[in-house]
Amino acid sequence: MAQVFIDGNEAIARGAIKAGCGFFAGYPITPASTILQYMLELLPANGGVALQAEDEIASMGFCIGAAMAGRKAMTATSGPGISLYSENIGLAIVGETPLVIVNVQRQGPATGSATKGAEGDIQFSRWVTSGGMPMIALSPASAGEAYELTVRAFNLAEQLRVPVFLLTSKEIGLTRESVDLDAIELPANVERCRAPETADYQPHDFELPAQVPLISDFGGPHVTQYTTSTHNKEGYLTSDPEVIQEMIDHYIAKIEAVTDAIALYRQDMEQGAKVLIISYGVVSRSVNVAVSELRQRGIKVSSLVLQTLFPVPETIIKSALTGVRKVLVPEMNMGQYRLEIERLAASEIEVVGVNKMDTTLISPAEIIAKGGLA
Amino acid sequence: MSAPIYKSYMTDALGPLPFCPGCGHERLLKDLDRALVKLQTDPAKVVIVTDIGCIGLADRYFVANAFHGLHGRSLTYATGLKLARPELTVIVLMGDGGCGIGGTHLLNAARRNVDITLIVANNFNYGMTGGQHSVTTPGGAFTATTPAGNIEAAMDICATVAGAGATWVYRGIGYENDLPDRIVEGVRHPGFALLDVWELCTAYYMPRNQYNKKELYNLVEKSGFETGLLVNKTRPEFGAEYRKQSSHLAAVRQLDILEQGFDHALERQTGIVIAGSAGQKIRSAAGIFSMAGMLSGLHATQKDDYPITVMTGHSVSEVNLSPTRIEYSAIDSPDYFLVFSEDGLKKTHTWIGKLPTTCLLMVDEELALPDTNAHLVKLPFGQAAKDVGRLSIGIIALAAMLKQSELFPLAALRTSITRYQPSAVAEINCKAMDRGMALISRTDD
Repeated sequence: MAQVFIDGNEAIARGAIKAGCGFFAGYPITPASTILQYMLELLPANGGVALQAEDEIASMGFCIGAAMAGRKAMTATSGPGISLYSENIGLAIVGETPLVIVNVQRQGPATGSATKGAEGDIQFSRWVTSGGMPMIALSPASAGEAYELTVRAFNLAEQLRVPVFLLTSKEIGLTRESVDLDAIELPANVERCRAPETADYQPHDFELPAQVPLISDFGGPHVTQYTTSTHNKEGYLTSDPEVIQEMIDHYIAKIEAVTDAIALYRQDMEQGAKVLIISYGVVSRSVNVAVSELRQRGIKVSSLVLQTLFPVPETIIKSALTGVRKVLVPEMNMGQYRLEIERLAASEIEVVGVNKMDTTLISPAEIIAKGGLA
Repeated sequence: MSAPIYKSYMTDALGPLPFCPGCGHERLLKDLDRALVKLQTDPAKVVIVTDIGCIGLADRYFVANAFHGLHGRSLTYATGLKLARPELTVIVLMGDGGCGIGGTHLLNAARRNVDITLIVANNFNYGMTGGQHSVTTPGGAFTATTPAGNIEAAMDICATVAGAGATWVYRGIGYENDLPDRIVEGVRHPGFALLDVWELCTAYYMPRNQYNKKELYNLVEKSGFETGLLVNKTRPEFGAEYRKQSSHLAAVRQLDILEQGFDHALERQTGIVIAGSAGQKIRSAAGIFSMAGMLSGLHATQKDDYPITVMTGHSVSEVNLSPTRIEYSAIDSPDYFLVFSEDGLKKTHTWIGKLPTTCLLMVDEELALPDTNAHLVKLPFGQAAKDVGRLSIGIIALAAMLKQSELFPLAALRTSITRYQPSAVAEINCKAMDRGMALISRTDD
């Protein structure tokens, strides 16, 4: 075992380097500040640029510019910073910009408990910008998973030309834990598909709606254009309703088309179990303890831990719900992902939330007691 | 001189420019085109970043790269583009509106000195949204949102960015014939360059203020703002300086690899709370202790709680050690609880009152504790730290606890100290270990 003792924030920074990140901009905010710190330390030696911006809006602006100029870019913040990222996230969506956005969640709303944990930005991640386009959000449960999912987040961003959320929390970001990084199997790095130098280039060219357009970086072989306004495939302003709808359908289709392919989860199903616990993030670790305790008591229970939160991995959730009478959804918020489960569960299935936002972790005992499994 | 390769950077494929008759933007864009022709930069290496506003309609009339982003944020995209690809010529077109909503980016672009050229098409109001007042609207002027005359002071963009450290600043009227040359100078300047170009908004500002070309010239005098080349100095360009610094910073801290060299006898997850004061190196001691556990084949977690200030208030670390992977890292029922300062006690007071009987509570003998069910052991941690070193109190307490608990070998803690701490610190902490161990007297020693 080659163990190291690191926190989730450092795991993300090291994962970003593995993924080939070439640009980072961020603004200090607890509990995400150390990602900025680590990137300032790690990126220069890896040929990249890391800098502190004047605010969160500038952080996102720098990253979008750098991403469109060909760098793999990442930024990191916490809830209040995501509020300020919101408009630029919309820009990244319509500009089809590959980008990784880390949200080390903390207790909110507003300034909240700045140094304390929560996972309250779940639906905020899904509906983060005006216009309501789909987002991809991955949620690790540990430093080791944060390392791996960082690489996966970069891969998805580059593959699909989209901003991708990596949702951790104070509990993952700032808790040091023993982990063997070398034992984690990382996926191969994905590079964006660039348009051939000789061909004519349109920045948003596709035939089928789900197709990801080839990209040509600013400063690359083609003269290119990028715009925040409704645009056609050439990247020019348009007011043609047909073209506008076609682009909207495209933003949605390219994510919907990969929903099953990018569904990451861990399943621990027990034959004949009528109770299923669906969880994600740091809470899933309490679920693991609760599940083994329940089984020791002879209670049958299954567990589905989601690492891909959005797009909602509906196929696997529906399959896990088969034959289940009761679903527990423990969350460090007041029941955000439960909305997704409620909409997917058949009417005879009882969906029960175990929720709190008091800054403390949900314990295995709370899951068992509040879930009515005691 | 050979004939220019690029005769124009504009295209007429879309027809004439889309501005209102007499609008200053048309002349400005043509002057920018003239400047680009003088520069003869490969259009694929030129990026025109446009802000929101009428001037933002410009991008598609150029054959160079165009980047049209959010209102007020154009300087941020320009900064990202330029830092990612230093070979690009990055020109930002922004209205006076952008100088307001993007004010902080304007100040910080000037301070940062990334090699970007910003041209402000300054016509004293928001044309695109119906002629509302902007940060540059002159005092007394009538706009859609100042029906009785503007009460706010007009911002002197040039003086503002100059005060923020801009290295090249120019102000002129859009009718001046030397504007293309000025733009060329600005683009060639190796750093942030700003051109504040005053123009007419024929749609809104002119009719509301009985304004014309002559009045535009008069405004210069009335405003008292200076015109011409106002700043021209050199300061290292951010990107170049960053790359220079980076070559010096190239070494990256390697992670400490913790290979198991000791054995442990721990059968279940064990929670340890260490409560002291900020400035007592509690986090560091807890980390070294956790790593010693890892050297003994244990899994570990550590979280720290401390105020946002430094060297004042509490510092409490929570460590879990376990023979198996640690899932739930909160310590609801601590097995070991160490307290050695008033700050630490204050922070954990309630917690101490609820400790289970199974918990070994080791505290400094000077502290007055609340009632507790824990197994209480009072030891002279503070006195020992006075002898060995104030910053070693955490190691003293942890060494005492480790000797008492036998969670893993004491030798593992010594190895962790000597291997992972700087030698000067390690030397003191080895003494601290000895001192902590000596606090626990046992017959089999």
